[in-house]
Amino acid sequence: MEFLYYFGDVFTPISFGLLLLGTIGGLILGATPGLSPTMAVALLIPFTFHLAPVQGLILLGAAYTSTVAGGAVSAILLKIPGAPANIATTLDGHTMAKQGKGAQALQLSFLASAVGGVIGVLLLIFLTPVLAQWALAFGPSHLFWLAILGVTVIGSLDSASVVKGLLSGCIGLWLATIGFDDIMGAQRFIFHPALGGGINIIAALIGLFAIPQVLTMFAKGRNAANAEVIDVEKHSIMDAVRELLRRPKALSIGTITGSVIGLIPGVGGQIAGLVAYDQTKKFSSEREKFGKGHSEGVIAAESANNAMVGPSLVPLLTLSIPGSPTAAVLLGGLLIHGIFPGTDLFDNHPDVAWTFINSMLIGQVLMCLFGLYVAGLAARVAQVPQSVMAAVVLGLAVFGSYSVQSSMGDVYVMATLGVMMYFLERFGFSAAPLVLGLILGPIAEANFIQGSMIAGATDGMASYFLTGALNIVLIAIVIASIAYSVWMELRSRRYTSKEEIMA
Amino acid sequence: MKHLLAGAALALMSLTGGAATAEDYPERPIMMMVSYGAGGATDFQARIVTMTAGNEDALGMPIAIINKPGAGGRVGWNWFATQAEADGYTLAAYNIPHFIAQSIKGGVEYSADSFEPIANWGADPAVFVVAKDSPMNSMEDVVNYAKENPGKLTFSGAGLFVGHHIAALQLEKASGVKMAYIPTKGGGAAAMKAVIAGDVMGGVNNLSDAFRAQEAGNVKILGVFDLERNAFLPDVPTLKEQGYDIDNASVNFRGVMVPKGTPQEVIDKLAASVPEMFKNARVASKMKAGGSPMHIMTREEVQAMWAARQETLQELLAGL
Repeated sequence: MEFLYYFGDVFTPISFGLLLLGTIGGLILGATPGLSPTMAVALLIPFTFHLAPVQGLILLGAAYTSTVAGGAVSAILLKIPGAPANIATTLDGHTMAKQGKGAQALQLSFLASAVGGVIGVLLLIFLTPVLAQWALAFGPSHLFWLAILGVTVIGSLDSASVVKGLLSGCIGLWLATIGFDDIMGAQRFIFHPALGGGINIIAALIGLFAIPQVLTMFAKGRNAANAEVIDVEKHSIMDAVRELLRRPKALSIGTITGSVIGLIPGVGGQIAGLVAYDQTKKFSSEREKFGKGHSEGVIAAESANNAMVGPSLVPLLTLSIPGSPTAAVLLGGLLIHGIFPGTDLFDNHPDVAWTFINSMLIGQVLMCLFGLYVAGLAARVAQVPQSVMAAVVLGLAVFGSYSVQSSMGDVYVMATLGVMMYFLERFGFSAAPLVLGLILGPIAEANFIQGSMIAGATDGMASYFLTGALNIVLIAIVIASIAYSVWMELRSRRYTSKEEIMA
Repeated sequence: MKHLLAGAALALMSLTGGAATAEDYPERPIMMMVSYGAGGATDFQARIVTMTAGNEDALGMPIAIINKPGAGGRVGWNWFATQAEADGYTLAAYNIPHFIAQSIKGGVEYSADSFEPIANWGADPAVFVVAKDSPMNSMEDVVNYAKENPGKLTFSGAGLFVGHHIAALQLEKASGVKMAYIPTKGGGAAAMKAVIAGDVMGGVNNLSDAFRAQEAGNVKILGVFDLERNAFLPDVPTLKEQGYDIDNASVNFRGVMVPKGTPQEVIDKLAASVPEMFKNARVASKMKAGGSPMHIMTREEVQAMWAARQETLQELLAGL
């Protein structure tokens, strides 16, 4: 209960002012395509040079929290996920926005973010020692199986057909091999200098999601725009709260998956949202509504990606190991003030540690309030004429992919992948499985090679990858996931054929 | 409108064109490219050592950091060697031995001859770490285990052809035993996690990160891959003291460089003022607070160090 003593420190005028600044600024940065939470926090570090350690961290913590949630805005309204965490949000969120339910989607996403986020931070406060052990439990073999578990999701994610889902997953896995390989030292498929560092995930996200949309809008021409002015429905916040409470299953699956997976160093943040989305879909009684603008999809994805924020800091705060790129940036913010995360932080600087954590807790609530305030306004974006919208989105896409690492190469990658995806979409392929392949490929590959190097030096492949409680549990989940997909596919095939006979 | 455009074009030309004369230099803010991501050790230190650039006693103009990460630094350095303007307004941070080792290995568009060093700010030696509950307490224990179990001692490090890898090669060569070096993806942090979690039996890591992990009570540091003991770890002996013929070839030197072809007057001006800028007291205190060892060297010293490193690494990497 130590954290309660330090709540007062969050409410001093300067600290609270910084908290507000970080939250509002974070929402705006997060809503800008290409500015991922990592970038937003890195941009703010120089400002903390001049602040006291506590105040600097409040600013960084608030910005981290609200950029993750802010990413939902561009994911829902523009179908540009600002970071891998928001991919799953586009699936149902953007469809809702296109149906004129953008306000509802945004309200739900901010409410779900706040619930997930608060629970995630509470876990960080109460269970840190236990969680630290859990974070360390995942070695190369376990991360490999976890990535394979992600691969089993690919087929069923946002595609009409499992085969097409798997095919686009394969394209993603191939794209992931491009670049210099850090482990074996090989150079693969570098046919342009811009590809030396591999495909940047943010640039790829922007290209794959935004560009096909822009092309579709342009393809419709100027006249068609008048024909489909979308009515933006007003949606009261109370209704959104009621809707959220009617979906406890999506909310709890999202929050639990997000906080459990968010803990795992190097993997968590990127796939938490997608795994939560998939699990919610599998357990939902309204499975067929997913992908067509269903509120559960938004709730699961957004509660998961904010639930991840708190636990993802556990390895940093307890073991001094940054588990995610954003945590690495936060580490820099701590070091600059001479504070070492780890036991030193909680023993000698409890005021810094707990004020930082408390500010994330309050930041979640503030973020939700501001988010709800702007949701109704922001949803009007859907009424912007398509020709204007296409130009704006294209501008944002170029700006966003350039700003990731100030490189024109990323803009070329974004444009190329975008044009490719436009044609793939016309043949019924979709972007989400492709991106999942792109994310999981390097995780599976690097951990398999590392694992096999360790296994080769010690007890051999079979015992390294196939024995041990955690390995066996993960393998069992993989098998269950595949079996479930096969069963669902067979069942739906039987139904279709019946309908066809009836027709 | 046309006049406006023409005016803007003229202004742009006068900005980009025209070589900087030494007296006026610098007359606008300077950019420094860091070939690692924001938040990494190189980026973090680069931001600290350049924070006083705008002072009158330094360059009088601020230095802005631009990150071009990817492929262990190759992306940024390739860009710097081939596309950066050699006008003195584009600097870059170098990491030795990384870029020299990469250029020896091939597949990149730069070598030590593509760049002109300005000054060195830091030296982060590699150290050997084991988990805190490991039975090994000295480098001798480590080597003895490897002798009894050839090729079975697993130890982690951040990737290939970086300081950690060089240190690993030197250790194998000096002790004459075979060990299993496991490069990790995700830099020193991932390599350290592997040690703490017990995925591997030991690891090579940065002194600054290992020092922090030891403070947190997670690891033991068994040896420093440097010529002398380090001020942060006065009790940890060097590998040389423990009987292994290992020099400072793996020490991660960080400093500032410009592309070849930068006007000599600009290089001279930078070489004179940048080391002074690093000596600023505020810089020193921030670096110390962050656990980053400083090591200021002038242009001539860095040139000699680069040449020496080129030779050692060529020999060390010849067999690979």
